[in-house]
Amino acid sequence: MRNIVILLGVLVIGAVGFLFYQDKSEIPVAEKETSVTKVGFVYLTTPGDHGWTYAHELGKQMVEKRFGKDVKVSVVENVPEGPDATRVIRELAKGGNEIIFTTSFGYMDPTLKVAKEFPDVKFEHITGYKRSKNVATGNIRFYEGRYIQGVVAGLMTKTNKIGYIGAYPIAEVIMGINAFAQGLRSVNQDATISVIWANTWYDPVKEADSAKVHIAEGADILAQHTDSPAMLQIAEKEGALGFGQSTDMSAFAPKAQLFASINNWGPYYIKKIEELRNGKWNTGDGPDHWAGNVWGGLKSDMLIISKFQNMPDEVAQKAQEALDGIKTGKINIFAGPLIDNTGKEIIPAGKALDDGALWGMNYYLQGVDGKVPG
Amino acid sequence: MEALILTIIATSIPLLLAAIGELIAEKSGVLNLGVEGMMLSGAVGALGAVLWLENPYYGIVAGALSGIIIASIFSVFTINFMTNQVATGLGLTIFATGLTGLAGAPLVGKTIPSLPKIEIFLLSDIPVIGNILFKQDFVAYLSIAIIIFISFFLKYSKPGIILRAVGDDHESAHSVGYPVKKIRWYATCFGGMCAGIGGAYIPLVLTPHWSEGMTAGRGWIALALVVFASWIPWRIIVGALIFGGITIAQLVGQARGWPIPSQLLSMMPYLATIIALTMISGRLSKNNSVIPSSLGKPFFGSQ
Repeated sequence: MRNIVILLGVLVIGAVGFLFYQDKSEIPVAEKETSVTKVGFVYLTTPGDHGWTYAHELGKQMVEKRFGKDVKVSVVENVPEGPDATRVIRELAKGGNEIIFTTSFGYMDPTLKVAKEFPDVKFEHITGYKRSKNVATGNIRFYEGRYIQGVVAGLMTKTNKIGYIGAYPIAEVIMGINAFAQGLRSVNQDATISVIWANTWYDPVKEADSAKVHIAEGADILAQHTDSPAMLQIAEKEGALGFGQSTDMSAFAPKAQLFASINNWGPYYIKKIEELRNGKWNTGDGPDHWAGNVWGGLKSDMLIISKFQNMPDEVAQKAQEALDGIKTGKINIFAGPLIDNTGKEIIPAGKALDDGALWGMNYYLQGVDGKVPG
Repeated sequence: MEALILTIIATSIPLLLAAIGELIAEKSGVLNLGVEGMMLSGAVGALGAVLWLENPYYGIVAGALSGIIIASIFSVFTINFMTNQVATGLGLTIFATGLTGLAGAPLVGKTIPSLPKIEIFLLSDIPVIGNILFKQDFVAYLSIAIIIFISFFLKYSKPGIILRAVGDDHESAHSVGYPVKKIRWYATCFGGMCAGIGGAYIPLVLTPHWSEGMTAGRGWIALALVVFASWIPWRIIVGALIFGGITIAQLVGQARGWPIPSQLLSMMPYLATIIALTMISGRLSKNNSVIPSSLGKPFFGSQ
């Protein structure tokens, strides 16, 4: 008898849970309506990360607002990089989606694999470098924001020690650190950057621990290339300063956030969907080994800088100058002479690194401590 | 240095709490692999409660209750319906990950006040040690109290000895008249409570916001910690500090440029667990009382 009561209880809880549960990842049945474009998105986590995926979600919402009833958007959240991704992308393609955005680096090979099976479907892979006939790539010049972070950090630091938290030592992250160093050294030759690799994109506790260690080691300005707002919260608590990542994180750290580099995917999504609807979609030019198709930054509004705050007006003004400089092309972040932190010359004065060279970065520039692992 | 030690202690506390709870469950013969899920529930429960009631102390209570609720689900299946404990525990973690994601969705982007530090009169004025040991938050003191209590409970109290008997040989315990299922229910729920508070500690002290899956595998480390401590309560303190210490050491090493790959250090807790396991099984021939003999086995008796 008692067991039956318990079983009933469990069933009731389950039923209530089921009623509240809304399946967002529903995959639509294949049906073709004229003039309605079906668009698929694959997310690495959920918009609840308040960082990377949240920024994509905002982009998706811009698409829905812009096209209204002319597009039908399907989203699959929480898709692990690997075999699961292949399955999910294939299902989206089978479901009649005409263009599919896969929003994480690790979806690169799964996207290419499915693209081969569905030659009529267009694929847009975010942050990757491999393309094919129906796979284009899109990325943001995140490093431009990091240069401005470096300028602000150089002017604001009192200890001349900057703590930087990186996810993985890949070119994407390293070019961010080097851009930061270039900004830093443009205003302050004495400050140095110390890097902690979290070896994860997302682990709030580890990010918080890394921030604490940086502060204990004397850093007073923190920067991150990981996804959660944990670092800024620690900065807020310990009286340090830092920069928001992917989205505006000032709600988490009203006194600590100097500004945030915000990823703005909406215009790129809209552009690509529009091209598809007009029959003009293409995979662009440029050498295949770097993220070439769409690689926009401050100038094309794919990267947005939030309000400068918690800094004196003179610093905000310098930051604004750097921002304008990058936008107008007056500042070339990776212009020579570039010297790495062992003293080796990377490129002489008068020359500048091209986009391809950025994707080959496996060294730190002057101003960064230590060496790239691996 | 002091700041680093404080960071190590803070990192260790969720591990310590979850591990001591799991130790009690395992001592009663229940292997609950749902620790990660219970911690996540504790975290989301605590955050919700603090946002609602605006007092971090309610977060501890809510975390404990959330942990108990998830542990109850586990108990219903494994103890009453005698399902496989390993499969159920794994299922529970997957279930709780989804459930907390759903329940936590409205909490995203909100931040809460941290648990205040409590200074113990006079003792907190002792240089260095005072700051480290006697200026902690309530949960830190609570976790040490729980460990001390459990040490004595298991060794000297009658209920503690009965609990061990149930875990070592449930048939015999049953035949002497002890209510095996009831005791396992209590033990599992205690485990849920501790894991819940451990999970609650993450938003209450470490990172005061909710983000999905924010425990990031600490429940699994807690499980390893129980084995590492070879089911002896005080060793959990040592183990938690070592595990926490290694976690911080690899970050410090990077900041200071030690020539040790950080991956090697990240691996250490698990390596230590495997070594501990090997040592335990090596000793088994002489003394087989270390691992509860009925661990993970369903009990088919009536109560």
